[in-house]
Amino acid sequence: MAEHRLLTEHFGMEGIQTLAGYERAGGYQGLRRALRELTPDDLVAQVKASGLRGRGGAGFPTGTKWSFLPGDVHPRYLCVNADESEPGCFKDRALIEGDPHQLIEGTLIAAYAIQAPIAFIYIRGEYFDQRLLLERCVEEARAAGYIGRGILGSDFSCDVIVHGGAGAYICGEETALLDSLEGRRGQPRLKPPFPAVKGLYGQPTVVNNVETLSNLPHIVLRGGSWYASLGTEKSKGTRLFCCSGHIERPGTYEMLLGTPIRELLEEECGGVWKGRRLKAFQPGGGSMQVLLPEHLDLPLDMEAVAQAGSALGAGAMVFMDETTCMVNVSMRLVDFYHHESCGKCSPCREGTYFESDLMHRLERGVLAPEELTTLSDICDNMNGKCFCPLGDTATWFVMSAYAAFRDEFEAHCGAGRCPVREPRAAEAVA
Amino acid sequence: MSVLSAATRAEVERHRDRYPQARSAVLPSLWALQNQIGHVSPEGMREVSEILGLAPSEVEAVASFYAMYLDRPGGRHHVLVCVNVSCGLRGADDIVAHLERRLGCPSGGTSADGEFTWEHTVECLGACGGAPAMQVDHHFHENLTPERVDAVLEAVRAPSARAGGDRS
Ligand SMILES: Cc1cc2nc3c(=O)[nH]c(=O)nc-3n(C[C@H](O)[C@H](O)[C@H](O)COP(=O)(O)O)c2cc1C
Repeated sequence: MAEHRLLTEHFGMEGIQTLAGYERAGGYQGLRRALRELTPDDLVAQVKASGLRGRGGAGFPTGTKWSFLPGDVHPRYLCVNADESEPGCFKDRALIEGDPHQLIEGTLIAAYAIQAPIAFIYIRGEYFDQRLLLERCVEEARAAGYIGRGILGSDFSCDVIVHGGAGAYICGEETALLDSLEGRRGQPRLKPPFPAVKGLYGQPTVVNNVETLSNLPHIVLRGGSWYASLGTEKSKGTRLFCCSGHIERPGTYEMLLGTPIRELLEEECGGVWKGRRLKAFQPGGGSMQVLLPEHLDLPLDMEAVAQAGSALGAGAMVFMDETTCMVNVSMRLVDFYHHESCGKCSPCREGTYFESDLMHRLERGVLAPEELTTLSDICDNMNGKCFCPLGDTATWFVMSAYAAFRDEFEAHCGAGRCPVREPRAAEAVA
Repeated sequence: MSVLSAATRAEVERHRDRYPQARSAVLPSLWALQNQIGHVSPEGMREVSEILGLAPSEVEAVASFYAMYLDRPGGRHHVLVCVNVSCGLRGADDIVAHLERRLGCPSGGTSADGEFTWEHTVECLGACGGAPAMQVDHHFHENLTPERVDAVLEAVRAPSARAGGDRS
């Protein structure tokens, strides 16, 4: 079985980045149908029936999230999370570039479902051309009456504002996103209250990922039960998997959930590059635990991957061949979390600092063996004890790699150099 | 004399009036300032804060949190190279070493001719499918080799070819 193209069906189609091209491909019919034939409550029911779960990482059921909004409090807001900064993740960028109006249509459908007068698309600062593209598409959609007052002759009005971030991974965390959107430093808020109750400007707010929302036109047009027939028992539909690292054909591939990971690797990605063997992979982006070749037969299913001790997370698959140094990979990830820690809570702020220091010394081969215990202790004191998941996940890859490749970590201690990487590669880093 | 040009001032006012609360305009306004003068200066931030009805410290505190606001003038072009895992697995360290030689300064520095400020970052740029990757003036350049880096830098240096990224 090959790719299953639902969200990516129109990728590469002539003119798809324009309103005319999107309409030629059947675009905005989902919004039209929703406004004409469905009440907001019907829509919430359809999305619940579809089994759609959030694609931002946590996999929370989308319809259920919408139904948490208190009935009588207005205005409510919709925030589209396009902050995509998870290491290895580039699917939201692909969806924005590949079919921007699909996202805008999904956004308007969600805004109608929750009766939000404004939807904000929060896009990371690095996606500069992508932001300009979305802004242009929003203006096109506004001129055609899909955005604004009385959309398509209905009594539903909604504005869409594209808001650029400025370089902060933490702003992908939904409450930090809200603070950032309010014009503050992007630091997470204490939950509860959850955004559904008190979100943007203290009002009920839904935060949904780009890919989650891009599904909505299809669910509206073909029905929740059709969508629920795709995928596995608890992981419905398709997902875009961002495949990178040591493979022949890196890229995003849309797969039916439930497909074995091996099929994604061997058929779509062309297998491990240079005819080499797979050493390890990360199934859900930089935050998730390492998996091994023996896990390749797992299905692309949230529960199955969780049972194996990792997570599908944001759908980023990073493959590493047999020449990879797991200490080097761990060091890069730890550096990332150190750089991105927002500084609000001490276990994360201080912990990532110490982690980074230890990993750099380990990578250079100058760490004393007993300091590996210090590394474990620090991670123990972070995991589950940080204000938000950033600090927890800063320990997951490195600890899982240490458990799975203990010999490799120990061999670095006192070696004076990296004992794994080819000397030439090691020199380039030094 | 004011730092903000009439056009930038108008842009900040437009952002201020667009959002339910003026404070939400801080990030877009800082972008407007940086787009005009190349970085976010204290004087510029003071003018932004006046338009938005905030204290200067409130705007400065926000600016210093976000990695993309530059607190000092740099070269005419800005080069950002990803060294996170996906790029690292496909040779980002070689690209970093090449840039350091080519531009004659370490990460964070500016080339002697004032053309390029460059830095490597662990912040994943979202170009893992085209690793190793970099951005020049916010445009993506992917599947880099040292030769491609040279070609990109040359094209950017030439005034006629200043716009647009590519990912071939
Ligand atoms: C540190 C951190 C970073 C996150 N980054 C993103 C992100 O870039 N994009 C995203 O959609 N969700 C991200 N999330 C998850 C969001 O908090 C939130 O769960 C999600 O946007 C909800 O949308 P969904 O229900 O449609 O998945 C992040 C969470 C954490 C803790």
